[in-house]
Amino acid sequence: MEKTTNQKAWFLVLPVLALVAFSAVIPLMTVVNYSVQDTFGNNQFFWAGLEWFREMLSSERMWNALWRQLVFSAIILAIEVPLGIFVALNMPKRGVWASTCLVLMALPLLIPWNVVGTIWQIFGRVDIGLLGYTLEALGIDYNYTQDIFSAWATVIVMDVWHWTSLVALLAYAGLQSIPDAYYQAAKIDQASRWAVFRYIELPKMSGVLMIAILLRFMDSFMIYTEPFVVTGGGPGNATTFLSIDLVKMALGQFDLGPAAAFSIMYFLVILLISWVFYTVMTNLDRREGHR
Amino acid sequence: MDWMAWTTPTAIFFVVIASLLIVFSALAIRFPETPRVGVLRIETTRGDRLFITLLGAAFINLAWLALSGMPQWGALIVCLAYAVAVFRWV
Repeated sequence: MEKTTNQKAWFLVLPVLALVAFSAVIPLMTVVNYSVQDTFGNNQFFWAGLEWFREMLSSERMWNALWRQLVFSAIILAIEVPLGIFVALNMPKRGVWASTCLVLMALPLLIPWNVVGTIWQIFGRVDIGLLGYTLEALGIDYNYTQDIFSAWATVIVMDVWHWTSLVALLAYAGLQSIPDAYYQAAKIDQASRWAVFRYIELPKMSGVLMIAILLRFMDSFMIYTEPFVVTGGGPGNATTFLSIDLVKMALGQFDLGPAAAFSIMYFLVILLISWVFYTVMTNLDRREGHR
Repeated sequence: MDWMAWTTPTAIFFVVIASLLIVFSALAIRFPETPRVGVLRIETTRGDRLFITLLGAAFINLAWLALSGMPQWGALIVCLAYAVAVFRWV
């Protein structure tokens, strides 16, 4: 029987194309337009060429923000991924406790960013916050508004608190999909706990873990609300990450040209890293498929 | 469209990118190809190689602007050489 061809079905894609154009492509094109021009308001623009890109590339401020951002993402990945796996390995596999754990783990994920920021902002205060007050009482010098180390520690612990459960839930889903036969075979071979983890659980989780790492990297690389609410980017510029710096430049100072150039470079870095992650992920999948 | 602050150079930039996408889409429909493994040890199709070329070209232009101090069209020559290399070996 011959298949009928109906090219008219392509028209069904049109609404999506229109939506993407309206919400993503056209704004991005506008940013490119802004990045080569200067404006003093009133929607009047003057040609500036590559000046803003040159300025941004030699701007210590941007490189510092990028560096801080990379360090932040690296630290939270280094904590959240192993911790998430550890939690997933120790969660009950079935029964009422499994459901209870799942609900408890999902709770932090449901809290909006600004609320998490506010919770930690109060929690860490030395005068009225439980954490800040306790640390102070223990004689530990902690003040996230004045001390750089305290500010970083607060922002990192807050992110770990908020997002580790995402990694844990994904890893748990990966673990649940492993058939019992694998564990039985390992038992017959008298495999150690480490060997079971290294040769059964970790390879079977690799797919979901890559997704977890990608999601956590992207989210942490774009982080704005939480540190903005807790530290406001301070003390000084100590926790001014890329998004915070960008918003300060674009909306605080209304430097549209430099902010647009900054945005494009930010976008390119994200695009590059996402592509690397995506390529690694699809190649891992393919290798898994060949096995 | 005034709010988008169009200029001739940015219009040319987008027309070139859009044309590249249209040409490569047409090529993909007219002459479908099987993915191949190149020097990066990953499977790539013609479209993947175009993406790698465009993304790499953006970084080459930025690096040229930051480091060389020479006119920007020099970066375009490097990009063309890079594009040829990507389409030949990646």
